[in-house]
Amino acid sequence: MSMKRRTFLKGALASGAVAATAGLMPRLVFAEGAKAPAGFDAKTYDDALKAVSGGAEVTESPAIAIKVPDIAENGSVVPIQINAELPKIESIAILVEKNPVPLIANFKFAENGVGYISTRIKMGGTSNVVALVKSDGKYFSVKKEVKVTVGGCGG
Amino acid sequence: MSGMRVQAKVANGETEVKILMNHPMETGGRKDQKTNEVIPAHFITEVTCEHNGKVVLNSDWSGGISKNPYLSFKFKGGAAEESVKVTWKDNKGETETQEAKIKA
Repeated sequence: MSMKRRTFLKGALASGAVAATAGLMPRLVFAEGAKAPAGFDAKTYDDALKAVSGGAEVTESPAIAIKVPDIAENGSVVPIQINAELPKIESIAILVEKNPVPLIANFKFAENGVGYISTRIKMGGTSNVVALVKSDGKYFSVKKEVKVTVGGCGG
Repeated sequence: MSGMRVQAKVANGETEVKILMNHPMETGGRKDQKTNEVIPAHFITEVTCEHNGKVVLNSDWSGGISKNPYLSFKFKGGAAEESVKVTWKDNKGETETQEAKIKA
């Protein structure tokens, strides 16, 4: 546990300088009246992740499984299934690291929620797909790479 | 534009809801290949599901969900013949609601 936290902190420090300056931008955009929920106007993965998690610590968890194809021939329709075996599931967000809008969706559950989502997403190219799960007030994530033959954002 | 399909089935104390929506899900970042003009954004921004009048799922979406979206999720509880009601809203203010009875 302490080891995990240490490696996380190292990563956080490395990206901290960038995130701190970039973090101001979305807030300004929100203030101008667009009522987009947190993270949806973020243009980078780091900004989107930070907006959804509220800057809280995110721990990688083997209790979350992402089922996606290793290779997607058509990036405009990539099936994805997420299973999270964690207590008190509050939300599941799907992010694609290299998409122009990295945050795909954020699913928020009532107290009788189950850690399961199945849908179809667009991918602009080969990228990691990330599931960010809020469980009992804490954030956990897992990522998996999908190789995309034909991107789904250029049409 | 219309024609959302909702199915709900209860098994082992959990209800699984499956939803198919008809929607172009245009991100606003795509160009018409003939005219080279940007196709305006038109995508679902919010999907909610109620069970017996109580919200069990509330979700925010970007244009990153595929055209004619499919969504499946589960919640604890639910019984045969009870109702689930799914509503989507898009960035143009359009909305659609569909109800279904839970099957055993």
